[in-house]
Amino acid sequence: MAPETARETNVRVHIDRDRCMGAGMCALTAPGVFTQDDDGLSEVLPGRADGNGDPLVREAVRACPVQAISLDEA
Amino acid sequence: MTEALKAADVVEVIETGGAEGAGGAAEGSERAEGVAFPQDRTCPYHPPQAYQPLRDARPLARVTLYDGRSVWAVTGHAAARALLADQRLSSDRDTDGFPMPNARIAAIKNRRVALLGVDDPKHNTQRRMLIPSFSVKRIAALRPRIQETVDRLIDAMEERGSSAELVEAFALPVPSMVICALLGVPYADHDFFEEQSRRLLRGPAAADVEAARDELDAYFLSLIDDKLKNPGDGLLDDLVAQQLAAGTVDREELVALATILLVAGHETTANMISLGTYTLLQHPDQLAALRADDSLMPDAVEELLRFLSIADGILRVAKEDIEVEGGDTIKAGDGVVLSTSLTNRDADVYDAPDALEWHRGTRHHLAFGFGIHQCLGQNLARAEMEIALRTLFRRLPGLALAVPAEEIPFKPGDTLQGMLELPVIW
Repeated sequence: MAPETARETNVRVHIDRDRCMGAGMCALTAPGVFTQDDDGLSEVLPGRADGNGDPLVREAVRACPVQAISLDEA
Repeated sequence: MTEALKAADVVEVIETGGAEGAGGAAEGSERAEGVAFPQDRTCPYHPPQAYQPLRDARPLARVTLYDGRSVWAVTGHAAARALLADQRLSSDRDTDGFPMPNARIAAIKNRRVALLGVDDPKHNTQRRMLIPSFSVKRIAALRPRIQETVDRLIDAMEERGSSAELVEAFALPVPSMVICALLGVPYADHDFFEEQSRRLLRGPAAADVEAARDELDAYFLSLIDDKLKNPGDGLLDDLVAQQLAAGTVDREELVALATILLVAGHETTANMISLGTYTLLQHPDQLAALRADDSLMPDAVEELLRFLSIADGILRVAKEDIEVEGGDTIKAGDGVVLSTSLTNRDADVYDAPDALEWHRGTRHHLAFGFGIHQCLGQNLARAEMEIALRTLFRRLPGLALAVPAEEIPFKPGDTLQGMLELPVIW
């Protein structure tokens, strides 16, 4: 079940595009924050690097099969 | 399949089959920790009963392969996630000690397997050529075409009467047509490549597997020649025009990639559609809930992926010693098999894991694998399953098995799981 975490406020979402291999789990899990570019690599949607308060961001981190997403506590 | 398309790395799983004549292999070496792997399922949607000691022993147990070799079985969910993401485990069959799941696969041990059969950095180069075609956005754009394919096939079933053999009439042609369109492979050739895929995955003899590889190699070499002269708009056309021309891949590698994309692209999803339909018909309450609330469909697809775990047995070999949390140390050279049907039913992660439950909000199952080889085609597979199952049950509300469930044959344990036939009426 999706954990009902408190609204995230002080994080920065970072994607390591050297690790990314385009599974798309982040874009599937938290489509309000992640997308994929024309190369199939994941990227953060414009203006959403703060996670947009979306609790699914942490689910996306866990879902990434290659641990390419990190959350830096601001 | 897998990394490839559809399920791209799915395929990874595809050739991981199991032992020939499951069960027989371990006789004579019966130890408390020497359960034979793989074994045939007794119910097509549950792991074999004989795997119970492996579930109890999680995260790690010892199993015996068809050739008598003892290897590690990973049966705990957390350990499987960690190990699939650990590049000290190799997917390359040329690595010393790579375990063989059955005599058929052993016979083609030295044949090249793209994506799932290579480690980084080679794997990364291959995968990056393919991922633009399998992104969430690109697959979303394919949905109308998938819907049209599904509708046409159901139209044809209805025109022919009120009964069908669903594997041939629906479960196989849906993904087969879709992957052909995506790759730029002529669907007119489907009898040929479906037959070769069947031989590749299920033999029965080792000679069948070798012959199927030869046939597919020749087919794709010829298709590549055609595409050099008459380019089309499929993924293979793009690879020929860009990667082959630039020398990023050679013809042999492109053939290996095409094979894995085509085979994984239709065999895996065909099994999910046939076995998924059978499972829904055997779970009338869950089917009724799904019909009453279409918004459950994406969760239902995830739960079916978890519950059915059709690609059960991902193979690796350790290149270095690896200490497993809460378990033992996997030594360099040890063989490892990861059982998706068991890790996806780990009671520490899923409550009542043997129940089919839409409302559990299934996440983090390992049906598509994990790590760098996680199925390339997973988002295509999700879209196909969702559209196929939704449309089938909506348009044929009286759908039922045509014969008693226990009479319907399903696949042996040493290959992808699914129905051999599915006779239905409506």
